[in-house]
Amino acid sequence: MMTEQRIFMNEDAILNIIDGMARMLKERLAKNGIEDPAMIGIHTGGAWVAEQLHQRLGLSQPLGLLDINFYRDDFTKSGVNPLVKPSTIDFDIENQHVILVDDVLQTGRTIRAAMNEIFDFGRPKSILLATLIERNGRQLPIEPSIVGLQPPLEKDEHIRLEGPSPLTLTVNKSKKRRTEKPTN
Amino acid sequence: MASQTQNIQLNDDGSLRHFLTIEGLNKNILTQILDTAESFAVLPGRPIKKVPALRGRIITNLFFENSTRTRTTFELAAKRLSADVLNFNISTSATSKGETLLDTLRNLEAMHSEMFVVRHNASGAAHFIAEHAAPGISVINAGDGRHAHPTQAMLDMFTIRKHKGDFTPLRVAIVGDILHSRVARSQILALNTLGVTEVRVVGPRTLIPTDARALGVHVYHDLEEGLRDVDVVIMLRLQKERMDGALLPSEEEYFQLYGLTNDRLACAKPDAIVMHPGPINRGVEIDSEVADGPRSVILEQVSYGIGVRMAIMSMCMQKHPSAGDES
Amino acid sequence: MNISIIGGRVIDPASNTDATLNLHIKDETLIAMGDAPNGFSADQTIDAAGKIVCPGLVDMAAHLREPGHTAKGTLASETLAAAKGGITTLICTPDTEPCIDSPADIEFIHRMARKLCQARVLTAAAMTQGLEGKQLASMATLRNSGCVAVSNARRPLANTLVERRALEYASTFGMTVFLHPEDRHLKAGGCAHEGAVATRLGLPGIPSAAETVAVARDLALAEHTGARIHFCTLSAGTSARMISEAKKAKLAVSADVAAHQLHLTEQDIDGFDAQCHLEPPLRTLQDRDALRRAVADGTIAAICSDHQPHEPDAKEAPFPESQPGLSGLETLLALTLRLVDEGVMPLSDALARITCGPADLLNLPYGRLAEGLPADICIFDPEAHWTLASESMLSAGKNSPFLGWEFKGKVTHTVFNGHLVYQAD
Repeated sequence: MMTEQRIFMNEDAILNIIDGMARMLKERLAKNGIEDPAMIGIHTGGAWVAEQLHQRLGLSQPLGLLDINFYRDDFTKSGVNPLVKPSTIDFDIENQHVILVDDVLQTGRTIRAAMNEIFDFGRPKSILLATLIERNGRQLPIEPSIVGLQPPLEKDEHIRLEGPSPLTLTVNKSKKRRTEKPTN
Repeated sequence: MASQTQNIQLNDDGSLRHFLTIEGLNKNILTQILDTAESFAVLPGRPIKKVPALRGRIITNLFFENSTRTRTTFELAAKRLSADVLNFNISTSATSKGETLLDTLRNLEAMHSEMFVVRHNASGAAHFIAEHAAPGISVINAGDGRHAHPTQAMLDMFTIRKHKGDFTPLRVAIVGDILHSRVARSQILALNTLGVTEVRVVGPRTLIPTDARALGVHVYHDLEEGLRDVDVVIMLRLQKERMDGALLPSEEEYFQLYGLTNDRLACAKPDAIVMHPGPINRGVEIDSEVADGPRSVILEQVSYGIGVRMAIMSMCMQKHPSAGDES
Repeated sequence: MNISIIGGRVIDPASNTDATLNLHIKDETLIAMGDAPNGFSADQTIDAAGKIVCPGLVDMAAHLREPGHTAKGTLASETLAAAKGGITTLICTPDTEPCIDSPADIEFIHRMARKLCQARVLTAAAMTQGLEGKQLASMATLRNSGCVAVSNARRPLANTLVERRALEYASTFGMTVFLHPEDRHLKAGGCAHEGAVATRLGLPGIPSAAETVAVARDLALAEHTGARIHFCTLSAGTSARMISEAKKAKLAVSADVAAHQLHLTEQDIDGFDAQCHLEPPLRTLQDRDALRRAVADGTIAAICSDHQPHEPDAKEAPFPESQPGLSGLETLLALTLRLVDEGVMPLSDALARITCGPADLLNLPYGRLAEGLPADICIFDPEAHWTLASESMLSAGKNSPFLGWEFKGKVTHTVFNGHLVYQAD
């Protein structure tokens, strides 16, 4: 497979964006009258972004982490990811305002799976979606409340958050081919 | 001639298709099973104890040997993956008078089951079914004759890892009827593949196979010697039939020589754990004091059984051919 | 019909012949080796240049399945398979159904075989009535009907006393007793050699002791009764050693081994290959090598096929539930020639083990080339390579662990009783 990889953004710039997301989040929470929300990050990239946001917002409840592997709608195509980790949510979802955090929002399938999994833990009062990158390619009616960046990307370009340290955004341009990585 | 080079358990890309025996699986795959099981081990703490991963898929329990416990565990594991479950309990005598094993299999395949969990009293039965399974079908061995019980071995490994972390420095003793034990054979393979320091088997000569050392174990006939400084003690169940087959004189003598009591356990390391694949025979292979004592992890083993089987089943379930491109 | 076989390398171990000779056949008899007799003109000439011409093979143990088990094979299919394998004389085991324990049973088989005219079928008749191991069969009557030995197939005898009586009774009439040495209690439901492979696969094992205990007992009885005994299809190296010592002590004992035991070992059952489910089981490499040495030095004077054709279902089951046995007529020669290739023994000795060797054990006038004897001849191309494939097997049973094996040495013509009963295309 022919790919061309380029570094799209380095860690300093990413953290800047995350600072911006934190500010927007605070505004939004105030506007909605939400106090003491909980935060859940989606493995693996969303978890890194969530760690940064959780710190900046000074939330009281521990950060929840979700692995959506077993909730994917293409589970039967891709099978079990060898790097699957357990989901840990150490607070009560029931009646809780939740901020759901991911790194890249494209088709919307990851968020659908994440919401399904959250509802298996309990019934949240509300879910706000925050994503570092929003790009074209939506296949489901899912929209983020907070977006870090909306870079223009070609259909055959794929953006990824690498980490945990340093955090880097890379873009791969591939020949038209079915990739192994499931899309988010 | 058997084609030993081909490992029928693995797909071309090295992922798991069938789970028949620990033999032929490397440390990476075993570790992946344990890691995946971690995700499922946390489910009992949640209101919804299921994941939708295998929704709409059909898993069939094909039990030619009676076993309510194991069958129920597999059934629960399948249901927690949101799969539908069919149960077939076929007593062996019925099959020998009627359908061949192959005919039974073909009939069941016609019901669109994609996975068979098989327990049979003939060694090699699960291999036989896997060799004849249509493409797209997975076979999980729930115990075949004396040969293997790999899911039990994996839940035992999961238990050991929970308590001991790293396998490398461990010394493990397996005590009892090794000769007839499929659990022991699978445990020995798993322990050696995961790289423990030493595996010991302990028992009288009549219960230890003549070529035991070929399995990769040290053989002990004295229990206290066998337990000295070990980190894990695995007690095997002694079946009543062994007394009839001129293998042992009596349960009393067996307990005197090989029964695990607190005194004997003191030979092992102070933090050694005691395991048993169950069901236990109190007063025959193990004293109630030990079975219910602080070092026993026997009940934990049972609780981990579901998560480990969920991991194995979800790893094996065949991938559907892709129906079109992703975006 | 007059047949001449021209220009072949004639090897007849019985007469120590190894020369390029012509053979001439008139009707059922080999009338000349060398120049054709005056006035002889061949109706058919077989060009044997580049080929080896040897006596038609003599197979000491073949289960021909008829009467009673015709789903597995018939006299028609199995004698045809024998012809393809260059085998002109077969000794049929008594475990048909009904078993061969009356003159009528022997008559039936002889008559059928004569009519088919594809190979000579001799019978080993039952030693006990119904092969049940309890009452003696009418051995004298059976001998008068033409059986060449008595045997209890692999069925157990009730106890050592019955065995003693059977040996004594048989020896009254100078009959050879075929014994299959196996202590059924030590065998105890086993299906594979009790060794490293069976331990790993969890298969119930049959220790070598199951055979050697029986060999020891049988040798003691033979010594005590003076009976002429022949051990069938040995599997353990120790058995060969015990028989060698018995022969040195001048006991009237002989032995054969199945061709597959000289090539396969317990390793071959790995992966639960039911084609390698055999009785007696495949044992260790040391056993195989000891058996090879015994065959080379003549302690074991015969190699047989132990031919046991099965219908496919018999092998389509988990190993312990599959039926033991392989279809061996079509590989007997090739497996024997392979021993020569592997340096186990010279060609003439190897051919002796499947021609005059077995014939001499039973004082039969077959397995040799001599003027005046029946024209039973095998012609094979020693350089021809061929692969065993089920589609081309003539036996009704395609159950062989050698499917897919490449062999060197292929039968091109088989002459039985002066008739060309097989010709390769």
